[in-house]
Amino acid sequence: MSDTAQITIERSRTRLSPRSAARLRRYTLRGVALVYLGAMVALPVIAVITKGFSEGLEGLRTALAIPGATAAIRLTLITSTLAALINAVMGTMLAYVLVRYSFPGKRFLSAVVDLPLAIPTLVTGVMLVALYGPASPIGGFLDRLGIQVIFTPIAIMLALLVVTLPLVVRSVQPVLQELDDAEEEAAATLGANGLTTFRKVVFPAIRVAIVGGTLLTFARCLGEFGSVVLVAGNRAGETLTAPVFIFQLANQFRPIEAAAVATLLFSISFVLVLVTARLLRRKEDDA
Amino acid sequence: MRTPSQPPVSLPGGGRRRLVRSLIVVVCVAYVGVLLLLPLVGIVVTALKPGWSKVVETFSRPDVQHAFVLTGVITVIAVVVTTVFGVITAWVLVRQRFVGKSLLNALVDLPFALSPVTVGLAAVILFGFGGWFEPFFEARGIQVIFAVPSMVLVTIFICIPFTIREVVPVLEEIGKDEEDAARTLGASILQTWRKVTLPNIRWGILYGVALTIARSIGEIGAVLIVSGLIKGKTETATLFIFTAIEERQTAEAYIVALTLAAVSIVLLVAIESARHRIEGRKVRT
Repeated sequence: MSDTAQITIERSRTRLSPRSAARLRRYTLRGVALVYLGAMVALPVIAVITKGFSEGLEGLRTALAIPGATAAIRLTLITSTLAALINAVMGTMLAYVLVRYSFPGKRFLSAVVDLPLAIPTLVTGVMLVALYGPASPIGGFLDRLGIQVIFTPIAIMLALLVVTLPLVVRSVQPVLQELDDAEEEAAATLGANGLTTFRKVVFPAIRVAIVGGTLLTFARCLGEFGSVVLVAGNRAGETLTAPVFIFQLANQFRPIEAAAVATLLFSISFVLVLVTARLLRRKEDDA
Repeated sequence: MRTPSQPPVSLPGGGRRRLVRSLIVVVCVAYVGVLLLLPLVGIVVTALKPGWSKVVETFSRPDVQHAFVLTGVITVIAVVVTTVFGVITAWVLVRQRFVGKSLLNALVDLPFALSPVTVGLAAVILFGFGGWFEPFFEARGIQVIFAVPSMVLVTIFICIPFTIREVVPVLEEIGKDEEDAARTLGASILQTWRKVTLPNIRWGILYGVALTIARSIGEIGAVLIVSGLIKGKTETATLFIFTAIEERQTAEAYIVALTLAAVSIVLLVAIESARHRIEGRKVRT
């Protein structure tokens, strides 16, 4: 990058007027950005879409006819919805606690909430296997109670909840921080109870951030692979999720079917991510 | 910071309110504890149970060492590419106006919406057998799929948004004034960039780099599809864990997993401190 800039500057000294040098620089940088995102992001996505529908809807139809295919998509939609809802509630609560309350260990809690952003998703899966697997004390104990965690939808839920824990928290937290707590205190002084204060004063202000974080969580869950693949057991029709199903199709050299299912999945989540970005951006503009 | 926990007047039901408050904190701590801390403690205990000698033995295995080196190489390339091009792209998105800018903005967010599996699949479709670019590289004798180049490419794809999304808001916030002032005072473009812009966006870049490193060393879905799982060749640290669990070599898998987790946690502390600096800056300006 510095090379291009250097060349541009030298050119500007010898041949170009300052104004055209500036324009050249601008176009060069813009060209670099366009080529970067075009080649690295747009091209692969276009490749998947065109491959998936290279035979029209036939690829999707064949893929969905495979035993366990619709069950996998249904399982992914259900677990993602549940995980998004649970973390919407818990994430909002955590954000509120982290911003408004002071208690010993608060900084530690705040750091721990961020951990899933850093810990590899596969390692999250390994952690769940280590904790709830039949060989561990806890896994063995639950097993004697008749509760199976590993290789069941419970494990899928746990994996999704861990991996997406920070998303709602980190989306709501900054909005709460900006929000003056004087209004809340006024409501409390006027006799409103905690729930009423939250519902009438706090919630309207953070609603957009909650929805944004929740949609992001849902989108993330739809595609989650690393944390799920080891703990789910991947039995067709029971614990096979859509991303693992796509992985299996790709491994069986059925790229058309894999691409068709992948397209179906990411069109859902891309719309959600776009909506989220819009929502959050508009919120920022308002503030 | 003031503590909002005491209302100015003792209100009816003040004791109850405090109780509700503590209850909410307990629920939150319990949720994070069971969901996250317990598994974390679990893996530390399980990984270190076979003793220190097992750790030494695992790390002296050539395939483990190779896996870590490969993860390192892929991560370094991904960081360099996404940082250099990410900063340029962020700059263009903030400081330039042109037709199609919102489309470019949407492209930046796209990798967040894609399953890593889909990313790997895209690489197979482009470079794999019968792929769009397969004849081109085949003719030049370059192996892309089932080799390191495709693993680097998918990792870059997945990490593209991090740096851009960290740098864009910082660039937006600092505005153009300081840069314009420097230019007016006769600084060259490069000087302005080095002395004014770069120091301002430094923490944003670092935060992006930390997120990129964390994501690169942990990437599995995309890399799994394109790597072909060739032992001692295309096996990264995460792929080692994956195959080790499948082959029931759980002790080794836990040790490598714990190492990755430890590296990530150290990184997280770095991220956190970077963010505190950024927030400190925001307060100052």
